[in-house]
Amino acid sequence: MSAARSEKSSVLSHALKDALIAAIVAFGLFILLLGFLIDDMRGPGQLIGRPVLLASVVGMVFVGRFLISLLYYNAPALRYWLGAIWAAISAFARQYKWQLLALMFAAAACWAFYSPRDWPLILIIIAAVFIGVRFGFSAALLVVAILFPVTFYNNPYYLGIAIIILTYVMLGWGLNIVVGLAGLLDLGYVAFYAVGAYSYAIIAQTYGWSFWVCLPLAGVFAAFFGILLGFPVLRLRGDYLAIVTLAFGEIVRIVLLNWVSFTNGPNGIGSIPRATFFGIPFNATDEGFAARFGLEFDPTHRTVFLFYVILALALLTNWVTIRLRKLPVGRAWEALREDEIAVRSLGINPTNTKLTAFAIGAMFGGFAGAFFATRQGFISPDSFTFPESALILAIVVLGGMGSQIGVAVAATVMTASFELFREFEQFRLVIFGFAMVGIMVWRPRGLVSTRDPTVFLKERKTISANHVAEGRG
Amino acid sequence: MEYFLQQLINGLALGSIYGLVAIGYTMVYGIIGMINFAHGDIFMVGAFIALIAFLILVAIGITAIPLALFLVLLIAMLLTALYGWAVERIAYRPLRGSFRLAPLISAIGMSIVLQNYVQLAQGARVKTLQPLITGVHTLFDFGNRLVVQISNIQILIILTTFALMTGFSWLVASTSLGRDMRACEQDLKMAALLGVDTNRTISLTFLLGAALASVAGIMYLLYYGVIDFHIGFVAGVKAFTAAVLGGIGSLPGAMLGGLLIGLIETYWSAYFSVQYKDVAAFSILIIVLIFMPTGILGKPEVEKV
Repeated sequence: MSAARSEKSSVLSHALKDALIAAIVAFGLFILLLGFLIDDMRGPGQLIGRPVLLASVVGMVFVGRFLISLLYYNAPALRYWLGAIWAAISAFARQYKWQLLALMFAAAACWAFYSPRDWPLILIIIAAVFIGVRFGFSAALLVVAILFPVTFYNNPYYLGIAIIILTYVMLGWGLNIVVGLAGLLDLGYVAFYAVGAYSYAIIAQTYGWSFWVCLPLAGVFAAFFGILLGFPVLRLRGDYLAIVTLAFGEIVRIVLLNWVSFTNGPNGIGSIPRATFFGIPFNATDEGFAARFGLEFDPTHRTVFLFYVILALALLTNWVTIRLRKLPVGRAWEALREDEIAVRSLGINPTNTKLTAFAIGAMFGGFAGAFFATRQGFISPDSFTFPESALILAIVVLGGMGSQIGVAVAATVMTASFELFREFEQFRLVIFGFAMVGIMVWRPRGLVSTRDPTVFLKERKTISANHVAEGRG
Repeated sequence: MEYFLQQLINGLALGSIYGLVAIGYTMVYGIIGMINFAHGDIFMVGAFIALIAFLILVAIGITAIPLALFLVLLIAMLLTALYGWAVERIAYRPLRGSFRLAPLISAIGMSIVLQNYVQLAQGARVKTLQPLITGVHTLFDFGNRLVVQISNIQILIILTTFALMTGFSWLVASTSLGRDMRACEQDLKMAALLGVDTNRTISLTFLLGAALASVAGIMYLLYYGVIDFHIGFVAGVKAFTAAVLGGIGSLPGAMLGGLLIGLIETYWSAYFSVQYKDVAAFSILIIVLIFMPTGILGKPEVEKV
């Protein structure tokens, strides 16, 4: 009895001590940078004290650390209760599967009855749930994507966001080939995106070729840049390679910024030719898409068309990746990621293998860049900065390196939440940075999903691959 | 000729700043074999802390420049070292023994956090400091108004860097902490088995690296008089280039690399083009890594299974 009580009080005092230390450290960290504001608006060298802000942040750290410590010291009990609750919910869902489905239908019917205008949304939800239950999550996601423009035809804002999301899904899948499959950390992926965008813009403006001719060319140019960069640097070790790709990305951006005669420098390239429906422009003239197909002119036609173009491009990326993963080269990528020395001793040429990954990843980056250019109609070096590379990398890392569905979910969640919290731009970047740290600490193989190599010996491993450094275990 | 000499002096001053930051990279790489991507941002945080500390000192009436500078140096080194420690504790220590790229990704996350935290706390506008140390000395006079000058601030930068380097080399070579550091650099596991508190040693390495970066931040602030939340990124990559050029893991190498990068950048700006000065530094990084991955003073690295 008394032992239990003293244990409880020692837990409390431990937690208090932790919290106090954390608060002292936080005070030291924040006293100058948060406690004072350099107010240049009132004249040089003016300071404003912000004691309330400082005190509240330090107080928050104290309380937060106290609660975390309490949870940590009580972790076994907590884990037991959470596990029990989860088991109960899933058992209930499994037992009353049909009843739950019927309930959902009833709810949907009520909804459709009371607000008939929402029926496309209801339809998409029902379709997604059905296909999700029958064919799995990825099929449901695909159906939602295909039906999206039907549902939100009257909402150009949502359509615009969906196009941005799909662009990032495609970029994430492209980078996933390099980072997730081949295990090469590429911090300059945005350079290939930029090469694709600029080559489309310049070719389309100079020669007047159509989007469908320029798109493969943009991919070829980006792949060429990938080989150009990859050839010398792919012998480097992982983290050196990361820094070199970062340097390469910056070089491309600086050149775009300063080669004014070719790229128009910081002003960017404007009035890039818009995408056409295989030669038929989207405008109100008699030659336009609407007139040819006997429809009333509506600017949404182009948005919907762009949506399906990027969806097709993203799916192409996905399909190629899945196919490649089964080919010898894909197997070699995954093996390279797991253990480079073993791969080399099996007689596979690591440089060529890495080079193909780099070039194919770059090519899809180039496709995405060409699409970006034709959608925006304007590009400038500001769109291709390092934070953009970091964002794409974060999508791959959060989604689970190598996992296709994980990357798609991560891209959707991140881009959508970025749109939702547009006002809190800097907060969201701080949170996003902490998320990258947190994922590495708690779930290094990805938050949404993990992917083990396509083929590997399931037995004979003393420890799971998740818990060891590469090349061990 | 006078232009060449003048650029030599400017390059040495700039190179000293890079060298001080490069030491942080090279030490951390030497001990735990990771690139501390957030180190450039620690440098930026150091510059901000120094600026605020100076303004506070002015506000409470300490205006004697030498005393104020000394106090600023002390405060900034202390508080920036705390940042270095916190970054290591939060983002790197839990990742020992994780897969190879994990610490680098975590470091990129930390770098994003630090940049945006400073932007949130102090705003995105550039912060200025009026010149504190003025006065120039004429070294050579070629007549015809062709002179080579060195300013007091440049003298201060070069002398401080030299003094810190000497002190730091002494610390690594002949104190017990330095011995622990060298032991950890050779073999972390073996050092731990022989009773070296490796976690403490690594933490202290981060503390020292951050303190040196904060000194570099103060020098940058005094030299240019303008800082913003974004200075850490480019300075960080250049200092990393310096560390690689000198041979990563080697202290004199970091200093030498810093000076070389400073000189190359200054001469490139002076004789070729200012716009492409960053391209010059980045290209050196790529060229060195491809053709001379051990750097000038580094030891060849053996890949172990």
